[in-house]
Amino acid sequence: MITIFGVPSAALFGQLLLGLINGSFYAILSLGLAVIFGLLNIINFAHGALYMMGAFVAWMLLNYLGIGYWWALILAPVIVGGVGILIERNYIAPLSFSDQRQSFVLIGATAIGFLVLSFGFSLSATLAFVGAAVIGVAAASIYAWKRPSQSSTVHVDHLYGLLLTFGLALIIQGLFRNQYGVSGLPYGIPPQLAGGQQIRLFDAPIMFMPNYRAWVIVASLIVCLATWFMIEKTKLGAYLRAATENPTLVSAFGVNVPLMITLTYGFGVALAAFAGVLAAPIYSVNPNMGADLIIVVFAVVVIGGMGSILGSIVTGFTLGLVEGFTKVFYPEASSTVIFVIMVLVLLVKPAGLFGRAS
Amino acid sequence: MAEAALRAPGAARASAPLLGISNLEAWYGESHVLHGVTFDVAPGEVVTLLGRNGAGKTTTLRSIIGIMSKRTGSVTFDGVETIRMPSRAIARLGMGYVPEERGIFASLSVYENLMLPPVVKPGGLTVEQIYELFPNLRERSGSQGTKLSGGEQQMLSIGRILRTGAKLLLLDEPTEGLAPVIVQQIGRTIERLKRDGFTIVLVEQNFRFAQTVADRHYVMEQGKVVDMIPNAELDRNIEKLHRYLGV
Repeated sequence: MITIFGVPSAALFGQLLLGLINGSFYAILSLGLAVIFGLLNIINFAHGALYMMGAFVAWMLLNYLGIGYWWALILAPVIVGGVGILIERNYIAPLSFSDQRQSFVLIGATAIGFLVLSFGFSLSATLAFVGAAVIGVAAASIYAWKRPSQSSTVHVDHLYGLLLTFGLALIIQGLFRNQYGVSGLPYGIPPQLAGGQQIRLFDAPIMFMPNYRAWVIVASLIVCLATWFMIEKTKLGAYLRAATENPTLVSAFGVNVPLMITLTYGFGVALAAFAGVLAAPIYSVNPNMGADLIIVVFAVVVIGGMGSILGSIVTGFTLGLVEGFTKVFYPEASSTVIFVIMVLVLLVKPAGLFGRAS
Repeated sequence: MAEAALRAPGAARASAPLLGISNLEAWYGESHVLHGVTFDVAPGEVVTLLGRNGAGKTTTLRSIIGIMSKRTGSVTFDGVETIRMPSRAIARLGMGYVPEERGIFASLSVYENLMLPPVVKPGGLTVEQIYELFPNLRERSGSQGTKLSGGEQQMLSIGRILRTGAKLLLLDEPTEGLAPVIVQQIGRTIERLKRDGFTIVLVEQNFRFAQTVADRHYVMEQGKVVDMIPNAELDRNIEKLHRYLGV
C-alpha cells in the first residue's frame, strides 16, 4: 500500500474526493447565491430549503410518477425554479413596492384558503397549508396581472429580504418534515453510473473512484463554468452585470429589469435544485439536508466575496478540498476549518477574496 | 409669464411638438422638486435647459425618461402620453438618455457598454458610424468601461444611445468637467446629430457652449420654466440671462 505523508493513499484520496464532492455542492449553491445577491441585493436564506426541495422533487418524480434520475435532473430545476419565480413575484418583489395591496391579497387569500381547506375539507395541516399557499399565490398573481405595472418602488434594506427568505426556508422545511419525517428517504444511483473504477498509478492502486461521484464533480464543473460563461461573456450576461450595477439606467434604456430580476431568482433557485438532484443519491433525501449545508455555503460566499461569480466557484471547490485535507491530517478541526478561514478572511479582506470593496 | 411664450414656434402652427410637457411635477421621496414645468420641443430642434444648480434641470430630464419615482402632470412624446408608463416603456418609444454621471458600467467592456442599450426603433447608427464619430472608442473597445478618460466616457455614453434608433436625445451636461478640445468635439457631434434630424434636449450650465448648438433656451428656476429665449436673441438678452444664472 502506498502512503503519502504517512497516510494511506486510499484514505487521503478518498477524503480529497469527498472534499471535492462537498466542494461541488458549495460551488453550485454559492454561485446561485452570488447571482441572486448581485441583482436582487437579497441574501437568499431559502437557498438551502430549495436545494432540499430539488432533491425531494426528484424523489417524488421517481416514487409517484416513475420518472427517473436523468429526467429529474432537468425537471426538478424547472419545477423548483418555477416555485422560485412565484416566490420572487409574490413575496420578495412586493417588499420594494410602495403600495402593499398585492401583499394584502396574498395574505388574505392564503389565510382564507387555509381555513377553508383545513376545516371545510378536513385536510391535514400540511396539505391545507400547501393548498392555501397555492391559492394565495394564485390570487396575488391574478391581482398583480390585472393592475398596471408597478412604477413606484422604494429601496429596502437587505435585512428584510434576508428575514423573509429565512422565514420561507423554515416554512418549506417544516412542511417537508411534517409530511416525510426526518429519517431520510433513499434515492438510488442511476444504473448507468453504478460501480466505479480502481485508479492506479504505476500499477499500484491509489484509490477507488465511484462513477457517480466522478459524474457529480464533472456535472457541477460544467454547470458552474457554463453559468460563468453566460454571465461574463454573453449579451444576456452583460445585461445582468449592467443591471447589477445600475438597474435604473438599464431600465431607462428600455430593458425590463423586473422581469430580469424574476428570471434571475428563478435561475439561481434552479441551480440549487440541480445540486439537490445531484446530491440525492449521495446523501439521503432529508428535510434538513439544506439547513445543514447552507451555513457552510454562506461561509463560502463570505470568503469568496459577496456577489462574485468566479469567486464563489473557485472558493467553493477550494474550501471543499481544504475540508477534505483537514479531515485527513487534523480531523478535530474538519468541521470548523471553513469558519476559521472565514474569520481570517474577514479580518484581512472584509470584502472577501474576490469581492470588490464598495 | 404667458403660456404661449414658452411654446415652440411650431406649436402654434400645424406641426405638433415631438415632446410636450405641461404642468410636470416631481418628487424625490418627500421633497417636491418640480413645480409645474411646461415646455415643448419641436421635431428636429435642439433646446437647452439653463439654470442654476438645483433649479430642477436634471430632475426634468429624469422625469421625461420616467426614472423619478413620483411624477404628475403630462409628458407627451410623439403624441403618446407617458406619465403613467414605466421608464422601460418610455425608452422604447424612441428616447435615449445620457445621464449626468454618464452611467458607464464598470463591469462591462467599452464594446459591451456600446452594445448594451437595446435597439428600440429602426434607423439607428451602426457601430461603424459611431466609431467614425468617436474614433477613440474603436481603439479602446476592449478596455473596461470605466478605464476611459472622462471625455471618452462621455463619447461612449452618447454613442451607445445613437445605436438604438432613438429620435429624441436627452443629454445631461455632456460638457461638464471636460477639456475645451473635447467640448468642441461634443459640440460638433451635436451639430452633426441635429443635421441628421435628431431632436435634442440638452441640460447645460455653460451657456456659451449652449449658444453654439441650440435653437432655443428654456430657463429654469426653482422647479419651473420661467423664460424662453430663442438662440438668435440670446445676445440681446444676455443681461437677463446673467441675472437668471447668477453669474
